[in-house]
Amino acid sequence: MTSADTLKGFKRDGRVVIVGASLAGLRAAEALRDEGFTGSLTMIGDELGEPYDRPPLSKQVLTGWVPAGGTTLPRRRDINAEWLLGVPADGLDLATNHVHLADGREVPFDRVLISTGVRARPWFVETEAALDGVFVVRTREHADGLQRALASGPSRVLVIGAGFTGSEIASICRERDIPVTVAELAPAPLVGALGAVIGDVAADMQRAHGVDLRCGVKVTQLEGDAQGRFHRAHFDDGSTIDADVAVVALGGIRNTEWLRDSGLAAGPWGIACDTGCRALDLNGLITDDIFVAGDVARCPNPIYEYRLISLEHWVNAVEQAQVAAHNMVSAQADRWPHLSIPTFWSIQFGVNIKSVGVPTFADEVVVTQGSVPDRRFVAAYGYQGRVTAAVSFNNAKWLDHYRQLIETAAPFPPPCPTPDEPVDAKPVPVDFPGPRLLAQGATVVVTGHDPGERRVTAAWQHR
Amino acid sequence: MTTTETPDILRRILDYSARADPYPLYAELRETPVALQEDGSYVISAYRELTGILHDPHLSSDVRHLSRPMAAAEARTTPSFINLDPPEHDRLRRLAMRHFGPPHTPGLVTGMEPDLTATVSGLIDDFAGKQQIDIVDDFAYPFPVTVICHLLGVPREDEPQFHVWVNAIIDSLDYDPRTDPKEKLDNGVQATTDLREYLGGLLEQRHGRPGDDLLTRLANDDGPDGRMTDDEIVSTANLLLIAGHETTVNLIANGMLTLLRHPRVLQRLRDEPDLIVPLVEELLRYEPPVHIIPWRAAYSDITVADTVIPKGSQIMLMLASGSRDPDRFHDPDRFDPDRQDNQHLGFGSGIHLCFGGPLARLETQIALTELVRRLDRPRLVADPPPYRPSPILRGPIHLHIEQSQ
Repeated sequence: MTSADTLKGFKRDGRVVIVGASLAGLRAAEALRDEGFTGSLTMIGDELGEPYDRPPLSKQVLTGWVPAGGTTLPRRRDINAEWLLGVPADGLDLATNHVHLADGREVPFDRVLISTGVRARPWFVETEAALDGVFVVRTREHADGLQRALASGPSRVLVIGAGFTGSEIASICRERDIPVTVAELAPAPLVGALGAVIGDVAADMQRAHGVDLRCGVKVTQLEGDAQGRFHRAHFDDGSTIDADVAVVALGGIRNTEWLRDSGLAAGPWGIACDTGCRALDLNGLITDDIFVAGDVARCPNPIYEYRLISLEHWVNAVEQAQVAAHNMVSAQADRWPHLSIPTFWSIQFGVNIKSVGVPTFADEVVVTQGSVPDRRFVAAYGYQGRVTAAVSFNNAKWLDHYRQLIETAAPFPPPCPTPDEPVDAKPVPVDFPGPRLLAQGATVVVTGHDPGERRVTAAWQHR
Repeated sequence: MTTTETPDILRRILDYSARADPYPLYAELRETPVALQEDGSYVISAYRELTGILHDPHLSSDVRHLSRPMAAAEARTTPSFINLDPPEHDRLRRLAMRHFGPPHTPGLVTGMEPDLTATVSGLIDDFAGKQQIDIVDDFAYPFPVTVICHLLGVPREDEPQFHVWVNAIIDSLDYDPRTDPKEKLDNGVQATTDLREYLGGLLEQRHGRPGDDLLTRLANDDGPDGRMTDDEIVSTANLLLIAGHETTVNLIANGMLTLLRHPRVLQRLRDEPDLIVPLVEELLRYEPPVHIIPWRAAYSDITVADTVIPKGSQIMLMLASGSRDPDRFHDPDRFDPDRQDNQHLGFGSGIHLCFGGPLARLETQIALTELVRRLDRPRLVADPPPYRPSPILRGPIHLHIEQSQ
């Protein structure tokens, strides 16, 4: 049988399992059917209920505009799948091609797509995280709980972490006229993602809207009262603050633990794959039948020196799902690379923030259009003389242009003036906080001497 | 090489004889996506280059940045936001949008649905007993005019008066000093003055009076950006009045014509009215009302597909050609309401994306659905129908149909 026949047979009655039934998983399933896959399709998800959209959870849901249950993802077509919901996968056997579920079931597959995403990083002290009034925001239930807490009129909300989610929550508190304190270890909000220049703008914005913003501080303890309700937080500078609600917005943890013994290159940094969304095994070899998409994928981007980049962006999940699904049912020569420029948006304090490219991949930044004091501007990021990213505040319609500049490695700073060019547009150092050490978690150890036996194994407990 | 001199194709497109079917000429034009003209202006006709330049902040909408001054009447008045760049454009458009759409006025357009349906029904009721109907005069023109008059707060009965001015202004848009009598331009300039004076008069009565129409709200409301000056309000109202009906009339007429040429699609629409939503999107791609953005200026040197367009050059954007580009749309000359990923240029793109797009969509959706539902076996009297003179705002001047009695 030729490989074309094999592929035809697989498209007709192969078995595809998708582990992770959220945005990437659902869109991949739809794309598989669009591509003519008529075999069996199994969707595995640890949450009960239909796939839903997450961006509104930290925005419209918390304002009370949209109920948490109202964010179900639209079905773009019938996917005719078997749904195994409410039970997580806990193992992947590449020798026999089975997914193991936590309840003991085993699901066979010919090809599998892993889109298990990210979960919220919980507060680091379990007993404190369990206090009544301490929240994270990742799932519908989380958002629903926090929305109720906000609706009950808390005297003050403490947001721990001023990344995008934390800043959006702080914004909503102010919109609902709830006093809010934001604690951030970095010198400014959003600084880890967008650098100091934008971080300073974000800090001004928060303070102008009455946020009690405290940067360069660490929350050391969440204190509960006798009834187990959160009521006070302690900072590392010795100060304390009284609040009824604490929102832990310290980013996410990639759901890869279940792949620990699978032999895939999976760890706290995600699951490494090629631009075709095919997973790499521990040795860095491409697997043929294992695909990855969404927040959990760690994909090389040629535009950024082939660095493996994992992104928790909505658009990234959709695009990778599309590419992964296409490649799952296509012959080698017809496969697509996932070559898109990342885009991301946020809405906070009445400002639409949107970025294109990878702002952390930069050494300089310059405001190219508009006015920073008016909070309507575009800033371009450059790395060694070429444009690598751009961020807009209330100016998103220009970003397609900057995407083109990134795609064509256009010179930085962009040379020609625009009608709305600021008078003092000069590049400044981008100034990101120092690189975070990633020494924790998994690493690998090389074994063997001959090419035939030279392999790596995972060393999970490094410390 | 993307730049060659191809004056003959553009000439042929602008010539009236091409009006009924300019699309083969667009295909020829796209062979040179960025085409330098004899007069130093540039014509851009391919999808990729068009979307690129529509998002390019070096492309100016302000004709004062042209190195050779423009003749048309538009150049001689206080510009409305369509002819301005950021930050002025952004401020004025934002001030106008406050009263027209989200986030401050959400639901305004969808809330108009009952009124729109009633207006459409009334016009179709008047078809009763008529064997021959002119879809333009009897329907596609009076409908959006009624809507925009109501929305702006312009008395509907003044229509015969401003109709003459608007016609003269539209005529002057196409003014070409090489072929047209200067009279055409002078008429346009005079009409612009008259229309502005008329709108200024309406505005004067609005100050200090509460009311729901757009003129009243613009005259009285104070948002975070402050208030528009009277001059700015008149420019904005002038723009919305003209753009609010001159384009929709063509979209509806082109739409009915297209449906009559595709009887199976017409029948499908009758059977599944929800088809109207993607169908109108496909119309905006396939037979859009705005074919050309005739003058944009290079604020500084602009590179498009390896061609450097020098600062101050006039740039002509062939939107309708871009929407038929086979490099972007599969089988682009086929009218296919089931088309996926239909990112047409019917409303332009970028910061000048059509302000009235949501209203135009809803008007056309209701208009075509009702026409198809209520007309009994309509037939075209003449195909192609007679067209209006303009190559920029393209559509039939009359669309006679017959229906069974």
